[in-house]
Amino acid sequence: MVTRTVQEKLAILSDAAKYDASCASSGTSKRNSLDGKGLGSTEGSGICHAYAPDGRCISLLKILMTNFCIYDCSYCVNRVSSNVDRARFSVDEVVSLTIEFYRRNYIEGLFLSSGIIRSPDDTMLDMVRIVRKLRHEEGFKGYIHLKTIPDAAPELIEEAGRLSDRLSINVELPTDHAVAAYAPEKKPGQIREVMGRIRARKQAGKDKTHTGKRPPKFAPAGQSTQMIIGADGSNDATVLGQSTRLYSSYKLKRVYYSAFSPIPDASAKLPLIRPPLQREHRLYQADWLLRFYGFELGEITGVTADGNLDLEIDPKLAWALEHRGLFPLDVNTASREMLLRVPGFGVKTVQRIIGTRRTRTLRYEDLTRMGASLKKARAFITAVGWTPGGLTDSANLRARFAPPPEQLSLL
Amino acid sequence: MRRAAEMPRIGTAQAWRDAARALLSEGVPPGQVEWTIEGADQAPLFGGAGVPVRTAPVTVPRSFLGLAETVVWHDDPQRFAHLYAFLWRLRDAPRLMQDRADLGLARLRRMEKAVHRCQHKMKAFVRFREVPPHRTGRRAFMAWFEPTHHTVEPTSRFFQRRFADMDWSIVTPDVTAHCIDGAVSFQLDAPRPDLPEDAHEDLWTTYYSNIFNPARLKVSAMTSEMPKKYWKNLPEAALIPDLIAGAGKRAAEMARAAPTLPPLRVEAAQRQQQGFASDWGAKGETLEAELHQCTRCPLHGAATQAVPGEGPLDARVMIVGEQPGDCEDLEGRPFVGPAGRVFDAAAATAGLDRSTCYVTNAVKHFKYVVQRKRRIHDRPDRSEISACRWWLDGEIARTKPALIVAMGAVAAEALTGSGKDLLRRSGKLEATGDGIPVLITVHPSYVLRAMGQAAQEQARDMLERDLRLAASIQSEVCG
Repeated sequence: MVTRTVQEKLAILSDAAKYDASCASSGTSKRNSLDGKGLGSTEGSGICHAYAPDGRCISLLKILMTNFCIYDCSYCVNRVSSNVDRARFSVDEVVSLTIEFYRRNYIEGLFLSSGIIRSPDDTMLDMVRIVRKLRHEEGFKGYIHLKTIPDAAPELIEEAGRLSDRLSINVELPTDHAVAAYAPEKKPGQIREVMGRIRARKQAGKDKTHTGKRPPKFAPAGQSTQMIIGADGSNDATVLGQSTRLYSSYKLKRVYYSAFSPIPDASAKLPLIRPPLQREHRLYQADWLLRFYGFELGEITGVTADGNLDLEIDPKLAWALEHRGLFPLDVNTASREMLLRVPGFGVKTVQRIIGTRRTRTLRYEDLTRMGASLKKARAFITAVGWTPGGLTDSANLRARFAPPPEQLSLL
Repeated sequence: MRRAAEMPRIGTAQAWRDAARALLSEGVPPGQVEWTIEGADQAPLFGGAGVPVRTAPVTVPRSFLGLAETVVWHDDPQRFAHLYAFLWRLRDAPRLMQDRADLGLARLRRMEKAVHRCQHKMKAFVRFREVPPHRTGRRAFMAWFEPTHHTVEPTSRFFQRRFADMDWSIVTPDVTAHCIDGAVSFQLDAPRPDLPEDAHEDLWTTYYSNIFNPARLKVSAMTSEMPKKYWKNLPEAALIPDLIAGAGKRAAEMARAAPTLPPLRVEAAQRQQQGFASDWGAKGETLEAELHQCTRCPLHGAATQAVPGEGPLDARVMIVGEQPGDCEDLEGRPFVGPAGRVFDAAAATAGLDRSTCYVTNAVKHFKYVVQRKRRIHDRPDRSEISACRWWLDGEIARTKPALIVAMGAVAAEALTGSGKDLLRRSGKLEATGDGIPVLITVHPSYVLRAMGQAAQEQARDMLERDLRLAASIQSEVCG
């Protein structure tokens, strides 16, 4: 095999890692190196150290340990049947890259993933070795996200959880059926079992033992997963149903939706279309409504006949347009639950409205200073000095928000 | 009398706080104070007296202090005056801090947000290069950075917490921070240093250009978070124009490229893959291993795993519940959650030793609905119960119990064909189709769901009464 320089390996193994959407580095325990032992800190909220022209944040050194893989997942650039260039980092190379990038303030830490080489246990062990060295020998206190190999031995996953901030296992596709079709070696049931075990282990880490001591923290930034959107035929109701189940079952911090994107040397099994970025965006919006705005799944996916989200308007607006009877709401008296359902109001805006209306009655102009998007909200609210009149029920309300119809290109 | 308050460029936050306290305690109205910055060209318009020595104590809402400590670092020369004017109003109306619609507060909050953003961008976009060390054994790094606001001093703590085992300097046209051996010092108007080349910058730009996905070009999302004003000091930013220009071509090439033939090593890799089909997941050709793969009804898709029964395979008594709950689903063992604890307590009181019984469920996968981010138990329907009979029958055939205790309507339905009228039937013996005696009783979760203490006691008594009967039958058959 050809010997590659670190730079060549880095090019191959970061290129291979870019289809993982997550780059989050927030929500972990606070740490610093003020005691002079080691390097690094975590501050609660993550930092995006750069942005790539695809609009994505670069917070971590996101690389594969190796892109050699014995699995044959059709959607994956690293599948065994692909002819992409292959490379493999040594333990020391990953450790050195992480530390040197960190010292220059390029990154918050490491997101390490890997193709499956030899066996799942061997692969996981090599990944754990890297993290072990970073933590124990280099005293690295920055953020570490480790992609867990579901097939690996439980002891290895246990050690991985104690050493890193976040563990993740990708469910890959929205249904077990789709996984069987496109990722034949992956077992969705086993992936769920590991996620269940991580949740149970995390919970056990919170209980004090009989001596009153707390066991060491286990994956303090929780676990996350990723689903590829648009590779199989699942509609948005199926996708969001899956994520609702994952959130409730395994207390995931995030489900990432990744619009299926063309890859170099693609498999003939999958369509090479432009990635459905708008759909991905709407799914994230719906995901937020489910988690932070008190919406139930059926409310979001029930407004369209085909179970797909409206691509032209956001899901909250789509819901509100179908439930105009509940509006307009008086911002001075409406409950928090209902205010959260007003299109154009975010969680912070609602907090500010409730805080301010304790001291005085709100006028329409006041809302402009509270972060509300009044262009959307005005049709659904009343305040001192404002009533929407017939606007709430006007027939062309949707047309005010939806983009004008696009003329189809002939070419 | 007019007052002139000159603010230093280092230690501004404390200086403003002291001055504001003193002015406020002496009752100097905002119109009478002229705030200036040390070293600025404009001399005070009016000579005026300096800031008075603080006399009386002043109380200020804590939330204002936090706001002021940030706003003082804003670039607006009027920031001190705005803060003091608001503080003046706050004396008589402390609740003003909660009024998000107040114009004065809204302006300060806007300035606070700008400073926070600038601090955040500084944490993100400072790029160190390695420089010769000040002393051996401790590496040294230096960066040139141009912040929008005066954020070096308030942000230096962040770098101190993070880079404690190295020396570093962040040089800016305004204030420069040095951290030598863990101690931070500030310097004004340091000249721009000539930083040596750093080999890791090439690795970083290699990473940057390869982590970018050309099929997802979204330039506006990038520039809104990484504004162009920062680009000149970011080594990776030089690549951006070329990456954008080439993106369309690269994406089109990927789409055009015909699928290639798989490389030769595929076959070997696949053989290898077959070889270790999970070391710890497989459990042989037992009933449990087969149950693990069960797809006889749709419940398997939402549950974590099938939960088989557990207990001695020659147990004389078999306990059958309804279905696994949240805890059982995660742990893969029956009756380990809240209902399991009720069962354990009732069995202990009744003198029935759980470890001598085979404990299982009528339905092996957890059926639930999600409400408010929680999984709420959902009763299995007839088709799911009958699909799972296959496994229950298998467990019965393997264990050959002398008595089966059916806890709850679902277990009763699975074993006797009917789940109706449970309370009337409980405590009585019926039989399975094959003639094995079935003792009907309530499910432990019935105790948990009963409203009020009296009802709960009653339900618990019923369960204990029936389990006592089971215990006595068990001792009979075991001789």
